[in-house]
Amino acid sequence: MAIYAPGQRILLPVNPWFIAFTLVIALLFGVLPWRDVRGVPDLLAVVIVFWAIREPRKIGIGIPFVLGLLMDAANGVLLGQHALAYSVMAFMANTLSRRILWFGLPAQALHVLGILLVGQLLMFGVRMISGASFPGFAYFVGPFIGAALWPVLSFVMLAPQRRPESVDETRPI
Amino acid sequence: MEHSPPPFFNRGPAPVVRVTFFALLSVFLMVADARFRYTEPLRQVLMTAAYPLQRAVLAPFEAAGRIGDYFQSLSDLQKENAELRTEKLKAAQDLMTLEAVRAENTQLRGLLDARDRARADAVFAEIVYGSRDPFARRVVIDKGFTQGIELGRPVIDTTGVVGQVTRVTPLASEVTLITHKDHSIPVQVTRNGLRAIAYGTSDGAAMELRHLPINIDVQTDDELITSGIDGVYPQGLPVGKVVRVDRDATFAFARILVTPLAGTDRQRQVLVLRPTEEAPAYPAAEEPAAKKPSKGKKARRSDG
Repeated sequence: MAIYAPGQRILLPVNPWFIAFTLVIALLFGVLPWRDVRGVPDLLAVVIVFWAIREPRKIGIGIPFVLGLLMDAANGVLLGQHALAYSVMAFMANTLSRRILWFGLPAQALHVLGILLVGQLLMFGVRMISGASFPGFAYFVGPFIGAALWPVLSFVMLAPQRRPESVDETRPI
Repeated sequence: MEHSPPPFFNRGPAPVVRVTFFALLSVFLMVADARFRYTEPLRQVLMTAAYPLQRAVLAPFEAAGRIGDYFQSLSDLQKENAELRTEKLKAAQDLMTLEAVRAENTQLRGLLDARDRARADAVFAEIVYGSRDPFARRVVIDKGFTQGIELGRPVIDTTGVVGQVTRVTPLASEVTLITHKDHSIPVQVTRNGLRAIAYGTSDGAAMELRHLPINIDVQTDDELITSGIDGVYPQGLPVGKVVRVDRDATFAFARILVTPLAGTDRQRQVLVLRPTEEAPAYPAAEEPAAKKPSKGKKARRSDG
């Protein structure tokens, strides 16, 4: 459970099924066919980072690793490439969780941009070592779009936790 | 620090330990995958598990495409029909002469004691999606080894060679395009019969003919077909067209750029060829078994 910054709302505890649901949706987004995948944000990475920041006790490093393996197999890339990037990103998000939540949304997005770029650079380095060709600079646009999505994502993903705890049926308004 | 924390606070190994473990595990997997291909079974299982997921994701797009096709206007279809009719008529003439020419060719080849040119039969497949790997251009087709696809099969479309099957799962397979950096294909210039090898380039859009001398007889707009000497691609399939020839004397070789004829961006239907005839064995391995008949024929010919 996070320590709250001044003015931040106290949230309901998260439903583990909701975490699983968002991860599955992001995984599905990850296997969508694109004409050119360069520049497409890795939504699964953003969602993993989100939960690793919000719920470091629930999303550690093992689950991102397994999800990364699935991404690798589904996309037919080097097995372990996404797994490595996701585990390292989740670790960074877990460790920085206390710090990041203290900031407002734009500053949080900047932190997330750093984490996503580290992941992207890891994958880039791994593929360069294994002998792939340079994919072009568009490859590094994805993390920026992912970070830009952060405020929207935070709003949507925290919506279930922002419900009132007990609905007062007799309240006039 | 000598005391272990009470079980209430016990959270397992420290995060640094955990991330090191998983990072090492993934590095191990990557090395096993890239160097030794040990992970193929694991990948097969994961890919087969992910296949229904992928089809489910693709379903709305396919449905939208089908609905679009359904509402395609009548006039479009009529126009296309008329075009196809004229094309068929044109092709019919060629086809009629083709049978005669083929028979003649077989006879002549028989006389020359040459191996019959393999007539490949083919499996029809559709490109499901382009691979989501930004580092390498591959496409995934909707037929796997349950439909008889095997590793190394050449893949063509109506305009030329697309590539080669490089990974097969039960229901889908992956095709590496001829423009892939690590792919090479033996070609022949139709104009003068010159043989060369076309390599993919790192940008994945074109191919180049390497290691040809500067004064080589290759011009722009020369058409290249497969020469068939690799035993993978059947002979005579169109591959590409020469778009640029740089003859710079400061380099040892000419720089010849080729664009592929096959349109993986435009077409969805492809044919996976199935060579009916095995490629001849390498001469050294062939020697003890296959010497006799060829000797006999040669002797006969020298007699006559």
